[in-house]
Amino acid sequence: MKPYSLATLCGCCGYGFFISMKIAVNGEAKEIANGLNLDGLLEQLQIRPARVVVELNRNIVSRDAYSTTMLVEGDKLEIVHFVGGG
Amino acid sequence: MEDFLQIAGANYRSRLIVGTGKYKDFEETKRAIEVSGAEIVTVAVRRVNITDPNKENLLDYLDPKKYTILPNTAGCYNAEDAVRTCRLAREAGVGKMVKLEVIGDDKTLFPDIPATLDAAKILVKEGFVVLPYITDDPITAKKLEDIGCAAVMPLAAPIGSGLGIRNPYNIRIILEHAKVPVIVDAGVGTASDAAIAMEMGCHGVLMNTAIASAKDPILMAEAMRQGIEAGRKAYLAGRIPKKLYATASSPLDGVLN
Repeated sequence: MKPYSLATLCGCCGYGFFISMKIAVNGEAKEIANGLNLDGLLEQLQIRPARVVVELNRNIVSRDAYSTTMLVEGDKLEIVHFVGGG
Repeated sequence: MEDFLQIAGANYRSRLIVGTGKYKDFEETKRAIEVSGAEIVTVAVRRVNITDPNKENLLDYLDPKKYTILPNTAGCYNAEDAVRTCRLAREAGVGKMVKLEVIGDDKTLFPDIPATLDAAKILVKEGFVVLPYITDDPITAKKLEDIGCAAVMPLAAPIGSGLGIRNPYNIRIILEHAKVPVIVDAGVGTASDAAIAMEMGCHGVLMNTAIASAKDPILMAEAMRQGIEAGRKAYLAGRIPKKLYATASSPLDGVLN
């Protein structure tokens, strides 16, 4: 875990005790609540876990590990799925 | 007589493999694939659009229990990205068969052969069933077969070009030496192109644009199915040799004089 000094106060809720952190999802910066796990993130993003594959800092996370995978400041996630292609 | 396309021990009735790109919508994709009779369909691996995640998913229209999903590595320009894409695809739980394509140049979309060989070595070692997209080069085909690829997939012509088989002689040489299925991948334009590939003895044809970008993709899907079937049957039937002069079809005996 990274120290809290790297985290920022959540700008959206206004409560000082609600700490947020910055991560990157599919190349886009995201601010999420501290202590969120991968399951929680997918739920927030409204993504069905059964249809995607997640890579966390270049390592594939198996589906049964989503609920035990805690996200930390600076994490880089790739969430992919199948699209039409030849 | 049962006649199957065999890849890595699995039997497929259809020798037509179709892509899922370039269709108007998923409904059209689904219908075209149904009509084509294909059992193996290719898909690409891409980032989910996180700003609009509720968009429908391709697999909502293509039941992986009904079709063999063949993820590709389209858009990969080096071995590392191709291997990474295959690992992601495998995690999706649709099996271990992948269409390996490492693109060398975005104008021709010809494959980068050294990178394809590098990626194939890693993927075979990791237990993937590798179907590599290659140029119509017999040496490359041989090397990939030796590495352990389950088929070789030489292009007929550049991807999406619709030019048909530009070098049938090379394809013939590949066919003569290959002990794995030879699947013509890319460049087919119309049903006769597919039929020619099958008449030559190719084991299958993979196509996408020729169907998806036809004016009527559903009708073209049917034409391609029939072209593949006609070509395969003609190959099995054994064509007559080509001769310069005529041979009468009607008996010469009993002609009135």
